[in-house]
Amino acid sequence: MVSLHINGLEIAAEEGTTLLEASRFYGFPIPTLCHMDGLSPYGACRLCLVEIGEGAKAKLVTSCTYPVEEGLKVRTASSRVIKARKMILELLLGSCPQSKTIQDLASASEVRTQRFKQEYEDCILCGRCVRMCEEQMMAKAIGFRSRGEKRSIGTPFDIQSEDCRRCGACLYICPTCQLRCTYTEPDRPICGGCANLSPPCLEKEGAEDMMCYMTPCVACEIKKD
Amino acid sequence: MEKLKSVTDFKRLQERLVADRDLTIPTLVIPAGTCGQASGANDLIRIAKRELLSKKLTEKIHLRITGCHGFCEMEPFVVVEPRGTFYPKVGLKEMSQIVEAIEKGTVLEGLLWVDGETKKTIEKKDDIPFFHDQVRTILVRNDKIDPIRIYNYIENGGYSAMTRILEKGNPEWVREEVKTSGLRGRGGAGFPAGLKWEMLAQQPNGNGKFIICNADEGDPGAYMDRSVLEGNPHSIIEGMIIGAYATGAIEGVIYVRNEYPLAIKHLVIALRQARELGLLGKNVLGTEFTFDIHLMRGAGAFVCGEETALIRSIEGKMGEPRQRPPFPVQKGIDGKPTAINNVETWANIPIIFENGAEDFKRTGTKKNSGTKIFSLVGKVKYTGLVEVPMGTTLYKVIYDIGGGPVGEAKIKAVQTGGPSGGCIPAKLFDLTIDYENLTQAGAIMGSGGMIVMDEQTCMVDVAKYFMNFLKDESCGKCFTCRKGTQRMYEILDGITRGEGTLESLDLLEELAITVKDTTLCGLGQTAPNPVLSTLRYFRNEYLEHIEHKRCPAGVCKELITYCINKNCTGCQLCLRICPSEAITGKKKELQVIDPEKCIKCGACKSICKLSAIDIL
Repeated sequence: MVSLHINGLEIAAEEGTTLLEASRFYGFPIPTLCHMDGLSPYGACRLCLVEIGEGAKAKLVTSCTYPVEEGLKVRTASSRVIKARKMILELLLGSCPQSKTIQDLASASEVRTQRFKQEYEDCILCGRCVRMCEEQMMAKAIGFRSRGEKRSIGTPFDIQSEDCRRCGACLYICPTCQLRCTYTEPDRPICGGCANLSPPCLEKEGAEDMMCYMTPCVACEIKKD
Repeated sequence: MEKLKSVTDFKRLQERLVADRDLTIPTLVIPAGTCGQASGANDLIRIAKRELLSKKLTEKIHLRITGCHGFCEMEPFVVVEPRGTFYPKVGLKEMSQIVEAIEKGTVLEGLLWVDGETKKTIEKKDDIPFFHDQVRTILVRNDKIDPIRIYNYIENGGYSAMTRILEKGNPEWVREEVKTSGLRGRGGAGFPAGLKWEMLAQQPNGNGKFIICNADEGDPGAYMDRSVLEGNPHSIIEGMIIGAYATGAIEGVIYVRNEYPLAIKHLVIALRQARELGLLGKNVLGTEFTFDIHLMRGAGAFVCGEETALIRSIEGKMGEPRQRPPFPVQKGIDGKPTAINNVETWANIPIIFENGAEDFKRTGTKKNSGTKIFSLVGKVKYTGLVEVPMGTTLYKVIYDIGGGPVGEAKIKAVQTGGPSGGCIPAKLFDLTIDYENLTQAGAIMGSGGMIVMDEQTCMVDVAKYFMNFLKDESCGKCFTCRKGTQRMYEILDGITRGEGTLESLDLLEELAITVKDTTLCGLGQTAPNPVLSTLRYFRNEYLEHIEHKRCPAGVCKELITYCINKNCTGCQLCLRICPSEAITGKKKELQVIDPEKCIKCGACKSICKLSAIDIL
C-alpha cells in the first residue's frame, strides 16, 4: 500500500492505482471525458487534471494516467486546477458546442462564456472509440491518423474496414455522442451499429420540457425512420 | 579491413597510422556537409581532383573532404593546411588558381577573407573573429576528419578513449567520470548525463537495456546535430560504445530523421567500418563486451524528438508521448530500460575521456560545464555554427562572433531554443547562456537554435509563424496542445490582420498559460513560449497592432501601406518591377502607388536605391 495526501486527507491506496481512481474512491469528484473504466488510461482530454507537488515544483498532471506515489500531495480542486479546467471546457465548447456532455460539464464548472470563434466540430479526439475497438473488441478497425490539426479518427484510407464487425461499441461509448453514423451513405459508415442504440431521449420520459441538445439527434432520427 | 582482435591490435594500428602521416604535406581541405554541397562544394571537389590528377600532384598535395566547419555564410570555402589559409566563397575558376598557388607555396592575397568592419585582410582561418572567439572542442574535429574514413578518425586519436576504458575494465569508474564532468544533456532539458547513466546501470539487466542517440533534430533553423553526424559520425559511435559499456546496455539505436540523407549515408558507412574493424558487434576488440548499434530513420514528425514519442516510434507505433513516470530509464523500448541522449551529448563523451573529467569541467560555468554548439541564423552578418563555453554572453555570440546586424536596422531580439523557445530582447544580451538563465528569461536552451531578429521583424508575426509550425507539429493527443495552438494561431492571425482587441489579447495570454500548464510533454509545455515571451518583452508591439492598427516593423501586410516620398527622382525602376502595375507617374517626376492595386510585396522598396519608399 502507498500512502499519500489528497486534498489534505491522508489516504492509502494500492500500488498501481491511478490518482483518479484513488480520488474517486475517497469521494473527490474529478470530471473526465476520455477516461473509461475497462479501457487503458490515455490522458487526451486533460479534464482530469490535478495539482501535485509543492512550491515551485507544483505541477498539473492528468490523474487518469498518473500512478499513486508514496508521500505525494494531491490537490484536486486548487485554484490552478479550476482555472485550467475552465479554460479547457471553454476550448471544448468553442469546438464542439453540440455535445450535451460537454455542455453539462461546462455548466457544472460555471463556464459562462465562450470567447473563441465558434466552430462546429463533432469529435474531440479523445480516443475512447479507438481504445474500445482495440482493447475490448479486439478489432483495431479504427485508429488515429495524421497529427496536429489534421489529426482524425477513422479506418485506414477511409475504406470500410474488414476488421469492423459493426458492433457499435465505438459509437456507444463516445462521450460527446459523436462519431455519428452516416447511415445515409452505406459505403462510408464505420460500423453502422447505431441502429442498435436506444434513443437517448427515452431516459428523459416524464420530463416534457427537457430540451434535447443534440441537433440532429442521431438516435431520434433513426427512430423516426 | 582486417578485424582487430585485441586492444593491442588497435594500438598497433593507431601507432602505424600516426607514424605514416606527414603533416607537412600541404592539404586542401574542402568542407562538404549539406550546407557546403548546397553552395557548390561538390563542383570544387571535382575541379580540385581533376587539377591534382592532371598535374600529377596527388603525392605533393593532399585533398581532404570534411563535414561542415561551421562558417556556413562563407561556403563554399577551402582551407589550406598546414598554414591554415582560408579562402571564402570560392568560385569555380578560382579553384584551379588555388591549386596552382599551393603548388608554388604562395598565398592568393586577392581571394582572402576581408573583415567587414576593419577592412583588413586576414589569411589564417584561426585569426578570423568568427573562429577566433569560439572554443571549438567538438567542431574542431570536423575540420580534421574525413567522415567516411575510419582510419582518419583513428589517427586523430579516435576510439582511443574507448580502448582505454575497455582496458581499465571498470564501468563504475566511467559513470563516475561522466558525473564528475558535470555534463548535462544537450537535448534541451539539461538533465545530468552521468545521473541518467547511473539510473540505467542500476536497472536489473534481465532482457537487455537500450541506449538511444536522439538525432531527430526538427527545430527550424537548427542544424548542429546534422553537422556533427555528417562531419564526425564516429565520435557518436564511440560515445555510445562508452555509454553502453558504462551502463550495461547491449543495443544502441541512432534515431535520425530521414530528411538528413547525408548524415544517414555517413552513419551507415561509419557503422559498417566500425563493425568490420571489430569495434562494434560481438566481443568488441576481443573482450567480453558486446554491443551493436542500429540506425532508425524518423518519418519527419517534430514530436518524435520527445523521448517517449521517440521510443514509441522505434517500437513501430504512432509517435505520441506518454505519461512519465515510468521514465524511459525504467521502461523504454519494449518495456526495457532505455537511456536517451542527444547527438551533442554523445559527441562530448569521448572528449571527457580524452583529457579527463576534471579538465572538461574547467570549460564553462560551475553548474554548466563544457561547450555548447549554437546555430546562429537570422539577421546577423555571419551565420553558421558557433561553439562557445557555457556561460558566454549572448552579446559575444551575436556581435563578436556573429558580426552584429547585417544592414542598418538594429538587432532587436534573439529567439533561442527553436519554435518552443522564447524571444530575448536586446536589453538582456548581457545574459550568460546556460540552462537556468535562459529559462528564467522565458526562453529555453532547446537544442541550440539561435535566430537573430532586427527592427524589421514583427514580433507578433514571429509568434504567429512559430504557432503555425506548432499547430501542425503537435501530435494532437492532448486536447489543450492541439486546440490551444490552433486557437493561439487564430488569435495572433487576427491581431496581424488588425482584428485584434484588448480582450483577445487577454484571452491569448490566459490560453497560453493554460496550455503551458496542462499538456503532457515538452512540446506542449513549451509551445506557448513564443507567445508568452513576446508578450512579456514586446507587449507594446501587440498594443500597437491592436490600438492603432499599425505594424511598427512594417511586416503585417493588412496593416501597412506603401507610399513614395520626396526622395523619388522618377527613375521608374519601381514602376517596372511592380508585379501588380500599382505604380504610375511620368519620367523624372514623383511616382505614385495606387493602394487599391498594391499587393504589398515590397519589390519596389527593395529595388529603390534612394530610399524613396516608405511603409506607413
